[in-house]
Amino acid sequence: MTTIPRVADFASSKGKPDGWNRPQVVEPDGEGELLEVAMGPHHPSTHGVFRMDVALDGERVIRLKPVFGYLHRNHEKIAEGISYLGSMPFTDRLDYICPLTNNWAYALAVEKLTGQAVPERAEYLRVILGELTRVQNHASSIGFLIQEMGASGTPLMYAFREREKILDLFESLTGARMMVNYMRFGGCRVDATEGWLAATRKVVAGLPAFTEEIERLLCSNEILMARTQGVGILPPDLAVNAGVTGPMLRASGVNYDLRKVDGYGIYNRFNFRVPLGDHWDVYDRFMVRLLEMRESIKILEQALKDVPGGPVMDPKAKIRGFRPKAGEAYGRIEAPKGELGFYLISDGGPNPYRYRVRPPSLINLTVLEDMAIGQNLADVVLIFGSVDIVLGEVDR
Amino acid sequence: MITVEEIKAAIEAALPGAGVEIVFNPSVSGQHSLLVTPSDAVEVAKFLRDELSLDYLSNATGVDWPDKEISEKVKTAKQVTKTVDGAAQTVEEMVEETRKRVVPGCIEAVYHLFSVSKSFGPVVLRMRTVNRTDQVELPSLTPIWRAAEFQEREIFDLFGIVFKGHPDLRRLLMWDEFKDHPMRRDYVEPDDFEYEPTAHDEVLSRALAHGGEQTGAGQEGRG
Repeated sequence: MTTIPRVADFASSKGKPDGWNRPQVVEPDGEGELLEVAMGPHHPSTHGVFRMDVALDGERVIRLKPVFGYLHRNHEKIAEGISYLGSMPFTDRLDYICPLTNNWAYALAVEKLTGQAVPERAEYLRVILGELTRVQNHASSIGFLIQEMGASGTPLMYAFREREKILDLFESLTGARMMVNYMRFGGCRVDATEGWLAATRKVVAGLPAFTEEIERLLCSNEILMARTQGVGILPPDLAVNAGVTGPMLRASGVNYDLRKVDGYGIYNRFNFRVPLGDHWDVYDRFMVRLLEMRESIKILEQALKDVPGGPVMDPKAKIRGFRPKAGEAYGRIEAPKGELGFYLISDGGPNPYRYRVRPPSLINLTVLEDMAIGQNLADVVLIFGSVDIVLGEVDR
Repeated sequence: MITVEEIKAAIEAALPGAGVEIVFNPSVSGQHSLLVTPSDAVEVAKFLRDELSLDYLSNATGVDWPDKEISEKVKTAKQVTKTVDGAAQTVEEMVEETRKRVVPGCIEAVYHLFSVSKSFGPVVLRMRTVNRTDQVELPSLTPIWRAAEFQEREIFDLFGIVFKGHPDLRRLLMWDEFKDHPMRRDYVEPDDFEYEPTAHDEVLSRALAHGGEQTGAGQEGRG
């Protein structure tokens, strides 16, 4: 049995030689030239428009350079030209799989900047929606990973069946399945009815059966284990140094979940555990996501038990003529893909002077080369799938 | 929790002569920052990572502060010749003048640091370039925190800060042939939104160089 090391054991980089955090250099051993392949931007496994320039020695990866920018629209520049609230619908389009957590991160950063309070009921709704988002993100992420392994269809459709139920809930509450534009500075846009809460309880009651089913279907599947175990290993000291966050970091054995560390919103009221990996490979990342879904269901059950009454919007919140005092704030939440942060500088005007998105998808890709070097090309597809990115957020 | 004053004192005790100043943040967030002299930045960063266990660099970004023209009213004493009681006299008088002065701008790199092992943060680190035109070099913190690799490339791309010591400083989001830095405040969008260099252009020009009949429909080139 392996014991999981404590964070302090490996997080310190004291005494390590310079350049320890760079990708290792692998010498080609075969004869002849390296084969350079551009995987993407339209490759079925790249989840969108993303390119990897790979140098191959036979099947082995010698070098891998990710190429970004195919979906770049300079979200940050656009946000500096419009009001604070005007950017809220645009945050939906960053990580379009989980728009509600994007809304939440942005609202949280602005609330930090202005010191705005959030009513109790809105906090509960945020937690419920955030955890529903996490469940559907992890479900579809697992589905895509298995799809890339060659099991075309079935697991992905199982995941999407569950995701549809959750998207239906989003639609009946906010009016849209994905482009929700739901949260506001100091609360939420519309209140949830009793009927919606009852429907949510019903969906949540069905989720444990889904995780059971996925576990029975996949966890001990021989092909899945053969393809993922020992592949794409990411050591914890490098993961911390490279700013990797979310399920990827926790699969590397680092106990760092912002819901526990920052306790933003009302997360410190709920009882849940943080799953950690101890082999640091693709299988662990898959497994951590699966276990996180179970923990999210636990949080959902606790939150749905006692949703308090009251307003969903702080009555004192300023909506018209919203001009935060000069200053800056960095707010972050544990989005399903990692730490999603917003950094805002106000100069006292109606538009943010500086608006920055800290995209977990982009920064988690920093270590893609480190994980892929020396592996087979077919495994690179899996390693890439286990990072779980959305190009809308990578390129912004 | 450790305050910026304590961090500043710790840096000054360990690295005498390192230039560190506190930048006050008037917002309720209370996230004050440390302005580091670029020449000492790598040493300071190494100290923060290894001794204060700020092992995790979360966010790195740029902020553009353009040159500011400030007009202020200044009262000065001036020799004025006046005719008093029929005789010319030189009198000293206070005159109000409007003077304009230009405060030089800079581009700032901002880093948000956290500690994973001790669970605190953020500690905000800032560096400023000398000006916005020709002296835009800053030391790269990528050797200290690998997390800065793509983010510093993005700052180089969108703001134009040149990071010395970065292992692979290329544009991240814009294409390599792009000239300007779009996130600067004075960036002007080009007129020809339609134009983007494509591989097709290159292929077409090579085909035309070979001669032959290249004047079919759709071969007239871009309008």
